[in-house]
Amino acid sequence: MSSALVPALLALPLAIPLLAGAVLVLLPARLRWTSRVLAMVATGMVLAVGVVLVATTRDGGAVGQRVGDWPAGIAIMLAADQFSALLVTVTAVLVLGGLLFAFATGDDARRMFTPLVLVLSAGVYGAYLTGDLFNLFVFIEVMLVPSYVLVVLSGARRRLSAGGVYLTVSLLTSTMFLAGLGLIYGLAGTVNLGELAGAASRSDALAVATGVLLVAMGIKAAVVPVHTWLPRVYREVTPAVVVLFSGLLTKVGVYVIFRLYAVMYDGDPRWRWLLLTVALVTLLVGAATSLGDRSIRGVLLYSMVSHIGFMLVGVGLFTEAGLTAGVFYLLQYVLVKAALLMCAGAVQTTYGTDRLDRLGGLVSREPLLATTFMVGALSLIGIPPLAGFVGKLALARGAFGDGQWWTGGLVVAGSLLTLLAMVHVWNQAFWGHDGELTWAEVEEGGTVSVTKIRRTLLAPAVGLASGGLVLGVAAQPVLALAGVAAGNLLDPAGYVTAVMPR
Amino acid sequence: MSTAIAVGVLVAAGTYLILQRGLVRIAFGFILLGHAVNLVLVASGGLQRRGAPFIGQRPTDEMADPLPQAFVLTAIVITFGITVYLLALARASVGSTEEQADEPSTGPATAPPADDAPPAAPGGNPGRDDRPPRGGAA
Repeated sequence: MSSALVPALLALPLAIPLLAGAVLVLLPARLRWTSRVLAMVATGMVLAVGVVLVATTRDGGAVGQRVGDWPAGIAIMLAADQFSALLVTVTAVLVLGGLLFAFATGDDARRMFTPLVLVLSAGVYGAYLTGDLFNLFVFIEVMLVPSYVLVVLSGARRRLSAGGVYLTVSLLTSTMFLAGLGLIYGLAGTVNLGELAGAASRSDALAVATGVLLVAMGIKAAVVPVHTWLPRVYREVTPAVVVLFSGLLTKVGVYVIFRLYAVMYDGDPRWRWLLLTVALVTLLVGAATSLGDRSIRGVLLYSMVSHIGFMLVGVGLFTEAGLTAGVFYLLQYVLVKAALLMCAGAVQTTYGTDRLDRLGGLVSREPLLATTFMVGALSLIGIPPLAGFVGKLALARGAFGDGQWWTGGLVVAGSLLTLLAMVHVWNQAFWGHDGELTWAEVEEGGTVSVTKIRRTLLAPAVGLASGGLVLGVAAQPVLALAGVAAGNLLDPAGYVTAVMPR
Repeated sequence: MSTAIAVGVLVAAGTYLILQRGLVRIAFGFILLGHAVNLVLVASGGLQRRGAPFIGQRPTDEMADPLPQAFVLTAIVITFGITVYLLALARASVGSTEEQADEPSTGPATAPPADDAPPAAPGGNPGRDDRPPRGGAA
């Protein structure tokens, strides 16, 4: 592909899902297969664009585009460096898997489900690709509005209160973000990331104003102590929705924290201790609370909080090794956690519950599910040769190599707590005797009917988990790409030129 | 100064309302907070009265900054849409207020198994899903 065309591709991850979503809304409900295929094709095209972007920015450069060729300063700026490109790609993979899983659970029987997911994903791609803080706000809203509907759409009464909590928290973060934007514009007179490069490290007032944005994004990313909304809301949504949310919503918060700290603060060493403390507290509190939950999904959700901490350790270190580890961790984690949540969702969909005290003996009953869950869980803990191991090893090496003994030690301690939580789930749900809900039912006439998880329900989880396996065994190429992304973050000059209005 | 006081009052009142029980009050709280933020945005472009920003009518330094006005316009649209959604949600949850009342004590307990059985139930509520779910159906 000629390099002149690549910047023009930047608008496609936004345009394709939005257009496809609009078409899907118009399709009558009986054309379910058509809409399924259309949604998959649209996301597949975004994936292709993501791969092209990764390939073009592999050398550490960045591409930028004034959408519609409007004059500089008026045009919407889109830009991608390796970091954005990798995230767009992995997000598209996750959306593909999540859609397949939703088709298997039957979530897409709700008429608006598929278009909502597409619009949600368009907002996420937009947030990764925009070079302008105000458009970042707009794209985050584009992402949030469908997510409000998806939370409430599920229909059950209990979900209304979860929807209320989710809406309140998200609205508060959006309001804070907007207030921070106002402060930044008042101080700097621009909201373009290129023009704001390094601004927060030069002016303390701007550092505080940008801090407002970081706090808002911290709530979005569910860092301790503002994490409690996440398990509470994600517990109530359907399995397919939680899979999509886990890889899409909180990760945008993490991305923005990485990006703003790299570009606007220039990695200012004065605030690193703060980021690092928040990251480590999140890591430990999340891991410790995950021990106490009584359902598979609940354990996974609290451990999600803990893993946000792991990723943020990377940006807290702000060394090349640390950032590489953080980016790699983010990439593999999105896939692995989605696979695990799909396993929990498959159990819940088939057996009606994923409560640990009602499950048992799944290992002999569902060998494929058990294997997939084990691969995912081992990767989450960080056992070689899985992707999580590579990520954690890189993170620990980054910390110890930087002389941050405390950080490295706490990363290892957090992994041990994750191990405990996963062993707890494994012992309760997979080993032991059949739980009360998993007994085979003996019907009159002596035939035994055994409820089993459908293949289609497991296929996406198997796919993503084997992706995690491949990413672990052949980690080197991806680690190299993560290294390029870390280089982009350490020295954002290329990105800054790409987003600068010319 | 008066803008700062107005923003402060709006934020205080909005925060108070958000902390109340009941989605309607929360919605009002967010309306107030939204106003406060819009004031901040307008103030970020300068508060002294200036002319309309049409190129050629007057020198650039006598023009108002159009960008914060565009921000505020966008923000108003978004806040409006979400407020309507919040109110619709409040309307839908009219029937389940008693549930909201005992909510904090539920703690980490999991969803009742009956509730989250197969979410599929394709015949559940066909066709009219773009609204928040029933509840106090009209």
